[in-house]
Amino acid sequence: MRVHIDQEKCCGAGSCVLSAPEVFDQREEDGIVVLLDAAPPAELHDAVHEAAAICPAAAISVEQVERV
Amino acid sequence: MTTAERIDMERATGTAERPAALAVPAARADGCPFDPAPGVERARREDPVTRATLWDGSSCWLVTRHQDVREVLGDPRFSADATRPGFPFLTAGAREIVGSNPIFIRQDDPDHARLRRMLTADFMVKKVEALRPEVQRIADELLDRMTDGRTSADLVAEFALPLPSLVICLLLGVPYEDHEFFQERSRILLSLRSAAEEVRTASDELQDYLIRLAESKRQRPDDGIVSRLVARGELDSTDIASMGRLLLVAGHETTANMTALSTLTLLRNPEQLARLRNDPSLIKGAVEELLRYLTIVHNGLPRIATEDVTLGGATIRAGEGVLCTINTANRDEDVFPGGDTLDVGRDARRHVAFGFGVHQCLGQPLARVELQIALETLLRRLPELRLDIPFEDVPFRHDMGIYGVHALPIAW
Ligand code: HEM
Ligand code: SF4
Repeated sequence: MRVHIDQEKCCGAGSCVLSAPEVFDQREEDGIVVLLDAAPPAELHDAVHEAAAICPAAAISVEQVERV
Repeated sequence: MTTAERIDMERATGTAERPAALAVPAARADGCPFDPAPGVERARREDPVTRATLWDGSSCWLVTRHQDVREVLGDPRFSADATRPGFPFLTAGAREIVGSNPIFIRQDDPDHARLRRMLTADFMVKKVEALRPEVQRIADELLDRMTDGRTSADLVAEFALPLPSLVICLLLGVPYEDHEFFQERSRILLSLRSAAEEVRTASDELQDYLIRLAESKRQRPDDGIVSRLVARGELDSTDIASMGRLLLVAGHETTANMTALSTLTLLRNPEQLARLRNDPSLIKGAVEELLRYLTIVHNGLPRIATEDVTLGGATIRAGEGVLCTINTANRDEDVFPGGDTLDVGRDARRHVAFGFGVHQCLGQPLARVELQIALETLLRRLPELRLDIPFEDVPFRHDMGIYGVHALPIAW
């Protein structure tokens, strides 16, 4: 899994941080999303999908990466 | 044929009379004070994008399903700018004050984003989580006072309302001594029954109060949000006052009503209450479920289309108003099976009680922390908590833009 964020779209309400605190954080100065782990381990995939689904600003996207 | 299809056909053929539209805000059913109005629920099941008539005789679209509500609120072609002609107002008062001292909840990007981003750091999860000890202290002090030598009280007046009022005052740097002044003005602003002039006066008085407050912070700065906005130097006192007004009103009425209404809901659902008491680790999920189930912003979020948009088979034309009923969206069976039942163990995170899109509630991390602490503390400290009047006599806020109870007499 590869996670992408769009800081321009983010409106900073922090739902992603509540869903997957290992993967998302908020910038100290303005609360905008920052990515802590762009390739999170499998046990976090559900939480990341949930974060992408509840993000109100469509600022999170998830790409499935083929494992080789 | 759904209303939407019928209207499209009528438009295409230029014929036929208008179908009878649903009048909103619609009344809840007698005896079902926790459920959305039956007419709007029926629309969600049978005709999810439908026409509605507002108090002034104007009409707008009613969008009632979870998926459609998310689409509208997440789509920049739907504007929140209340100065656009055709914007759907829920009250005469809301229409009266539009244009004077705009607040960013009713503005579009880029203005909205510029203003909102001045506040996002203050309400981000990390900052708000750090407030827990302070919120807990306030909750405990209020309960100490409420229970001191007594066995009954009004939960709204003594706990549910002062808790978030004290917290938002602290954050903004507004003196809590003035709470009667701003709570009364907020009540007028949020009442569906206020006359337009009353709303105008209340709004102006709040604005003047906050302008004076901002000016005073120029002389004596402190660590509150108003003072820091002054120090930033990007906004004049009028703009700062508008921001402060939005935060002050949104910051205390909402959590106050959620706290009292949640307490009543749990008392009416003793099994759910027992589950929560036996396993306090359920509290976070229970708060999400109560937000979903109760959806206190119960009359819909207003928007206006800026382009023609097709939604659920209907064509919404540029310039037409839309009301997104988040309370029916939160009962949508496609997303929340058995949605008419309260289940504190449910995963309710996809609820839209805080809205959706770029206007989604800025204060949600704070609301969550306040509600988790308020409910957990109340249930822990008052094991014998019960309603002190017959349920039929509870004064529900049918007359207010934010639902809840006017008072909640309890005993313990
Ligand atoms: C249970 C409590 C609360 C509920 C149910 C709630 C609900 C909502 C909803 C539905 C919206 C979206 C309005 C729209 O899109 O038209 C909103 C926006 C907003 N809320 Fe809350 N709210 C709550 C608590 C708070 C608190 C504690 C604050 C504190 C500061 C707050 C501040 C705001 C602000 C500033 C906005 C405007 C955001 C924007 O336009 O970008 N709310 N709220
Ligand atoms: S949920 Fe979306 S909008 Fe909210 S902070 Fe995370 S990325 Fe930003």
